[in-house]
Parts: sequence; C-alpha cells; structure tokens
Amino acid sequence: MKRELPLMIVLIFGTFMAFQYFVPHRISSDLYQEFNNWTIIIGIFAMVVGIGSLISLHYNRIKFKKPGWGYSTVTIVCLIGMMSIGLIGGTENDLFLKLYRHGLAPVTSTMFSLLAFFIASAAYRAFRARTILATLLLLAAVVVMLGRVPIGEILTGWLPRPLQFSEISNFLLYVPNTAAKRAIFIGVGLGVAAMSLKIILGIERTWLGGEGRK
Amino acid sequence: MKSKNSIQSPSKVGFWEKLMKIDRRWIYLAIGIVVFIPMLVYLGFPIRVTKEVRSVYERIDSLPPGTVVMVPMEYDPATMAELQPLAYAVLRHCFSKDLKVITTSLQIEGVTIIKEDLEMIAAEYGKKYGIDYVFLGYKPYPGIVILNMGENFRKPFPRDYYGNELDSLPMMKGVYNYSSCALILNINATSGVDYWINYANGRYKAPLAIGVTGVMVSDYYTFLSSGQIFGLIGGLKGAAEYEKLINHVDLACRAMDVQSIAHSVIVLFIVIGNIAFFATKKRKKSI
Repeated sequence: MKRELPLMIVLIFGTFMAFQYFVPHRISSDLYQEFNNWTIIIGIFAMVVGIGSLISLHYNRIKFKKPGWGYSTVTIVCLIGMMSIGLIGGTENDLFLKLYRHGLAPVTSTMFSLLAFFIASAAYRAFRARTILATLLLLAAVVVMLGRVPIGEILTGWLPRPLQFSEISNFLLYVPNTAAKRAIFIGVGLGVAAMSLKIILGIERTWLGGEGRK
Repeated sequence: MKSKNSIQSPSKVGFWEKLMKIDRRWIYLAIGIVVFIPMLVYLGFPIRVTKEVRSVYERIDSLPPGTVVMVPMEYDPATMAELQPLAYAVLRHCFSKDLKVITTSLQIEGVTIIKEDLEMIAAEYGKKYGIDYVFLGYKPYPGIVILNMGENFRKPFPRDYYGNELDSLPMMKGVYNYSSCALILNINATSGVDYWINYANGRYKAPLAIGVTGVMVSDYYTFLSSGQIFGLIGGLKGAAEYEKLINHVDLACRAMDVQSIAHSVIVLFIVIGNIAFFATKKRKKSI
C-alpha cells in the first residue's frame, strides 16, 4: 500500500491536470484552483522538512567539530535569529528590516559582484584560441561583449552598419543563438513530456525513493 | 643562426611565460580600478536603442491614461544593480503616463527592496496607493501563483501586501486577472521568468514582455522571435536604453560607462592571454 497509494494519487491527479487544460468548464476550473492551493500547502510542509534537515546537518558538524564547523554555527545562529525576530515582530519590524538591509543585502550583493573579478581572471587564463571551434567561440564572445556596450559603438560606429559590433552581436543573438536554444528547448520539452507520462503511468518510480525499487 | 635564436629567445619568452602565470590579484586590481574610476566621472558614452527595447517602450507609451498594467518584479540584493535601474525607468514611464500599476514580488529575498522601490517612484509622481498602484506582495511557488492569478488575482492574493482586501482598493474594482491588464512586463532575475512565459502568455495569452539580467538575455531571444514575448530588455544595457527613451538619465546610463570600460579591459586581457599563449607555444615547439 505504501507504493500503490502514491502511484494512484499521481495517476489520478496527473491525468486530471493534463486533461483539465482542454476542458473550459467551471467545475474543471474550480477543481484546478483547489488543487493548485493544495500544491502550495503541501510545498510549505516540504519547507519544514528542509529546515529540519539543515539544522540536523549543521548541528552534527558543530557537535563533532568537523572542518568548517564555525560557519555552521553562523548558519544556525542566523537561521534561528532571523526566524525568531520575524515570527515575534513580523517582517515589517525595525530590527528585521535593519538586519535585512545591513546584513543580508550587502552580503549577497558582494557575493554577486565578485563575479566580475572571477570572470576577468578566468577569461585571461582559460579563453584560448586552441582550436578552430574555440577561436570561433572566442571571437563571438568578444564581439558580443563589445557589441552589447557603448564602447562597441565607438570602436566600430564608422564602419558600414553590417560590420558594426552591435549589428554582428544582434545577428549572433537573433540567429545562431536562437536556433541553438530552440533546438535545446524542443528537446527538453519532449523529454519533460515523456518523463511526465512515465511518472503518471507508474513506469518511472525513482521518485518514490527506496520503496520504488521494491 | 639557430644558436643566435636560442640566445635571444629566453628573455622574450620569459616575459610571456611570466605574463601567463601572472598573479590573479593584479587582474582583480585592474578590474577594481576600471570599475571604480568611471563611477566618479560620467563619460556619457552613446547608447543605441534596440528594437526589442523600443517595442516595450512604444507599447507602454501608446496606452491611454488609466489603463492597468502589471509589472511583477523579481530581483534581490544580488541582482539589484542590474535590474533596479530598469524597474525605476519602467515605473517612471508608467506613472508619467498615468497608468495604473499592479506589482507582485514572487522572490522572497527581494520583497522589501521592491516594495520600497515602488513606493519611492510612486511618491516621485505623487501617486496614491490603492488608486494608482497596488503591491500584492509575495506568495510561495511562483508557477502556481502565476497560474492562479490567471484565473483571479484574489485567489492567490485575497489581501495585498499591507493586509488590505483587494476589493477594498479602488484600483482593483473590475480588475480580475491578466485579461484586465493591457500588458505584463516581468522584471526578473530568476528562472521564474519561464513560468510567466509558459503560463501567463502560453496559457492565458497575456501580452508579455520581460526584463532580465545580462547573463540570462541570450536564453530569451527565441521567445522574442516566436512572438511569445513582445519585448526583451536585457540587463543594464536594456535599462540604459529605456532611460534614454524616457529622457531620464539615471543609474543605468551612468553604469554603462563602467560596463563599457570593464568589458574592454576583459577583452584586452583575453588578447594578451592569447598572445602569451601563442608565444610560449611557439617557444616550446622550437625547443
């Protein structure tokens, strides 16, 4: 029953959600709304499991003094601290907002801004014209990098329009890039449809975890 | 002749080899300098407006005053530098045209920033909450929320961010779902933009344009050429183009100077790196 019940639920609800798209009746629409609400509620339970797992992982790191246990302490203190302040005073309370503005916001901004430095260093070390394909990639990257900023306009603005970096960059984005992405998206779409069908019909059962293999 | 070469080359190649193994901190320092200096001095590099940005501007500009538009914004402190200038420019355009704006923020980390951005730009134009704009706030599971809003905004958001019932807000009278909005312009730094394309446009046929970060933009040209989105604003460059269109030079136009010089320096690094690579390769072959 441990296996059959989840499989049954997936079959019924999966089939319903697939077919309701084509049924514009009010009952179908209302049921669809109701199921969407259930999804949100069930998802919130998953968050509880996630927080539990996070605490358990970091608690064990601290307990056994594993490498980097100090960071685990910071994680747990921040998690419990922010959660307590938010739960007690609400998300609009002054302390909560201060911690967000002067703690979380600068930290995440800093992390993201470091990308510029790493990209520059990586480009210098790894972007090499070793083969014809690598050279093509390199040239395309240089043209797009310069064509997407005003400096490209200054450097090539005097050339005939089709030879300007901004025009070549647009061509690269609109034609070869679109063609490649579209092929990938169609492939992914077909893959998702096939996998969904396998899950709904109970052919693919790995999502059941250990029970699915029995 | 051979011996002459072997005497001359070590010093030359030594230089290129050294360059190949340069301490990365010199590169970091160079980037730091070229990012910092243009921030102090506005150079005003020319900005050419692309058709994908112009189409968003023209669509919004053609709407009569009082039209409801939806501008969901999903960015956080990490991506704020790129998308906040765009949000400012778009909101300024909408409020200057007396359009009514509905906003959501389906990314939890950004809710506070987006609420403050919306309030700040609305105050610039003397707009009143509930009459000229509404902030619905955050709900988890963006895909489901977007689907539910397609049926009725009141399903996922019976109350707005501030706890007011939607029916108590004058602006929301007669506004039920996407069909009540002339267009949706989603400013998004996450893959959640796919939900807007698949559900808001795909399922509910809402006219949709998107504003995304620079690294995401290449993924969405395919939806532009297929007509699933009518406009695409990419990163800071797109924001700068929008600022130019509304004649309000602000953060994005200034930041384009920084980005221009930083990109040029990165290209320079690539060129130097390749010269060094070929110089050392040639030497290895000759040995």
